[in-house]
Amino acid sequence: MAKKEEIIEAAKKVAVKAAGAVLEAAEAVVDKAAEVTEQVQSAAAEAYKEATTPVITPKDAKIPEGPLELKWTNYKNHQKLVNPANKRRLDIIVVGTGLAGASAAASLAEMGFNVLNFCIQDSPRRAHSIAAQGGINAAKNYQNDGDSVYRLYYDTIKGGDYRAREANVYRLAEVSNNIIDQCVAQGVPFAREYGGLLDNRSFGGAQVSRTFYAKGQTGQQLLLGAYSALSRQIGKGKVKMYTRYEMLDIVLIADENGEKRARGIIARNLVTGRIERFFAHAVVVGSGGYGNTFFLSTNAMASNGSAAMQMYRHGAYFANPCYAQIHPTCIPKHGDFQSKLTLMSESLRNDGRIWVPKKLEDAKRLQAGEIKGRDIPEEDRDYYLERRYPAFGNLVPRDVASRAAKERCDKGYGVNNTGLAVFLDFSEAIQRLGKDVVAQKYGNLFQMYEKIVDENPYENPMMIFPAIHYTMGGIWVDYELQTSVKGLFCIGEANFSDHGANRLGASALMQGLADGYFVLPYTIQNYLADQIGVPRMSTDLPEFAEAEKAVQAKIDKLMAIQGKRSVDSIHKELGLVMWDFVGMGRTAEGLKEGIAKIDAIKKEFWTNVYIPGEANSLNNELEKALRLADFIEIGRLMAVDALHREESCGGHFREEYQTPEGEALRQDDKFSYVGCWKYMGEDQEPQLIKEPLDYEFTERKTRNYKN
Amino acid sequence: MDQYIDIKVRVWRQAGPKAQGHFETYELKHVFQGASFLEMIDILNEQLIAEHKDPVTYDHDCREGICGMCSMYVNGHPHGPDSAITTCQLHMRKFHDGETITVEPWRSRAFPVIKDLMVDRGAYDKIMQAGGFVSVNTGGVPDANAIPIPKPVADEAMDAASCIGCGACAAACKNGSAMLFVAAKVSQLALLPQGKIEAAARAKAMVAKMDELGFGNCTNTGACAAECPKSVSLANIARLNREFLKAKFKD
Repeated sequence: MAKKEEIIEAAKKVAVKAAGAVLEAAEAVVDKAAEVTEQVQSAAAEAYKEATTPVITPKDAKIPEGPLELKWTNYKNHQKLVNPANKRRLDIIVVGTGLAGASAAASLAEMGFNVLNFCIQDSPRRAHSIAAQGGINAAKNYQNDGDSVYRLYYDTIKGGDYRAREANVYRLAEVSNNIIDQCVAQGVPFAREYGGLLDNRSFGGAQVSRTFYAKGQTGQQLLLGAYSALSRQIGKGKVKMYTRYEMLDIVLIADENGEKRARGIIARNLVTGRIERFFAHAVVVGSGGYGNTFFLSTNAMASNGSAAMQMYRHGAYFANPCYAQIHPTCIPKHGDFQSKLTLMSESLRNDGRIWVPKKLEDAKRLQAGEIKGRDIPEEDRDYYLERRYPAFGNLVPRDVASRAAKERCDKGYGVNNTGLAVFLDFSEAIQRLGKDVVAQKYGNLFQMYEKIVDENPYENPMMIFPAIHYTMGGIWVDYELQTSVKGLFCIGEANFSDHGANRLGASALMQGLADGYFVLPYTIQNYLADQIGVPRMSTDLPEFAEAEKAVQAKIDKLMAIQGKRSVDSIHKELGLVMWDFVGMGRTAEGLKEGIAKIDAIKKEFWTNVYIPGEANSLNNELEKALRLADFIEIGRLMAVDALHREESCGGHFREEYQTPEGEALRQDDKFSYVGCWKYMGEDQEPQLIKEPLDYEFTERKTRNYKN
Repeated sequence: MDQYIDIKVRVWRQAGPKAQGHFETYELKHVFQGASFLEMIDILNEQLIAEHKDPVTYDHDCREGICGMCSMYVNGHPHGPDSAITTCQLHMRKFHDGETITVEPWRSRAFPVIKDLMVDRGAYDKIMQAGGFVSVNTGGVPDANAIPIPKPVADEAMDAASCIGCGACAAACKNGSAMLFVAAKVSQLALLPQGKIEAAARAKAMVAKMDELGFGNCTNTGACAAECPKSVSLANIARLNREFLKAKFKD
């Protein structure tokens, strides 16, 4: 028999154990309850955020009623017009002289408006549209391969990963044919076939040949066409041209109802350093994209996002800033001193085949410089685009091709000394067509490559790597290309509208010219028709004086820092952070780290930049500093947008959201909207506004370029 | 293979349009030959900024040979010693260790210096405004395939149209003539049916404007075509002369 004490002891133990278990269970219940509460709270917070996030409706976006193919016609039939006598009384400022700016300035002046046109270069002909190589799309169906306005529309919507507005894209496809007619009439020497008719070639994301081209200099020829038209209007005195002027702010003036309207700009004469004021009844900005946030990009050195930031700070929404296009075929980076990356036209993918070695040891020997591409036998080459995407092969869209290159290089198959390059090989095309035909088609691009890399691409495959090229995101505009600020319009790459999350090759030229020749000159009249009674205003008004004062204060602040770092050294640092954290493969963790780093760079810039010289004279360093101040803000906005967009679509790839095969995984139920960001003040987090994208006419699918 | 080289850069410095200019020589060590010429100037400027000196002002933008912005006279040649490229496409592998490289702005009466290596090429725009266009307004034009153009003609027009308006031709010419620039545009448009209608008026207007702006006469030395970064052919000048004479005979 156990002793009484022992029994009591044992009973005590059991009781303590039981009590412990009860306590544990109770704790678990409490924990669970807390967890559930937290979940409920966060769901509620989410729902609250969702419910309180302002939404832009199709009506707000002024999308016309009616079936897709009749929207633009309906709009034009019912919009307000301005009669010739009134046109003469209205002034319009156009900022930028690229395809969008120059074509808009010329067309508006032809109609009879007075145009003030500004560019930062020494001549309007030098805008960066000039560097576009490959071509311009149009739905002419000259090749009888089944093309149509609808098909161009569909390819563009699909290429943009279903993140563009249907009505805008359809209009773009619709006017594409007018663009080709217009350019030919101007004397643009497009490539022709022996019968004398226009030639076409294929570009990524399409199964038809709808790309018109002028050698590898299509952008140049189209821009010179627009520049000719602009020159004609300057000669006639209808456009007053201001070269080497940079806009530093937009001036808003309230009307009698208290509504603020864009009524002019503050610009700096880059030669004298003088800050000047200009009035107009409306302001149109066609200032290009913000790819140079990354420092290294295919953009020109002076391309910048400052005009966009000036609009943003006045209340124009910045839409989809995270949608940046990384172009798959650029000449790889070769050193720290590098100032920019050079694009090799997408047209090269018509005949060039992209590959890396199948065997890792071959890649290692290439990286060590022991062998060259041509030394690797055919059976040891991995034509990975043809392998992964049989239906489109080397002509998959840019985002897909770029990611595929990154995937191979990440796995160690890169072919140059840094391991960050793949081959673009013409040996098969040279065998098939002969060297002469290849030279005729791509000669200037081959020459460009050889001058930079010092290697003959006829003998050894080119080496290429993805680089930042184009920004699909930009200032939000409605169907009329008007921003959320009255009287302020935005055209070309600077706006967000037509390419969704990824732009197809040869569509940038199309959009720039569509906006400038055929859309804005119509839609702006719907606004100006109500402004005919507004007299020209004096630039002595307090709004102008205040805007100028603020610009001057910013310049003085920058000049006074007198730190230790050059502008470029800080810009390069920003570029590296952007590439590493907001580049081709993004993650929530990386983006948060990126934001912290960008904030640190901002601090460094505003406390330690050094700008030599005087503010009131020609000063390149000051120009660069003003642009960098804005690039820092854009970089942050890109990261914030990329962090919020928890899906992969087009140029925006979040590593957490991919299929098992590594393809982009959209989340249509959550993110089928345009992410618009509203400025809330210096160092304040911007507010998200959504424009839902309800696909009314087109069924959304997972993009498939495999079969 | 590209190596690292030490060089001296002898650069034209001029504070403003009216200021007296002079050459200044800077030493640059350890410059990689794979760098472009403008990247070398960037390195020089970073060095000058670090010493709190005024960096060299120069025009540049696309850095891929198409915008026509860069404009340096390098070792006595517009766009440097290499052929058929712009300054931005020139690479340091064209220079050797220990070399002194002389860099000047465009030298032409019609292109006044603004600062250092930056000049005012507004005169080229003014010539274009005088007639470098086809007088069509936006809209109301015929279908692009309505007028077939023989491929050789279109190709020749394209070759003429490849001019980037950089000004190397006038800068290279001992007479400071802009004939190759004017000829390229007149040729392009005179070759194409769209431009033929105004060919005579265009040739006269552009030549008159060129003369008015202080460009010199053409004496067929051919320096312009030899230095042209886009290899625009001298044959265009012959065509311009024909167009101009034809127009004058019609008067």
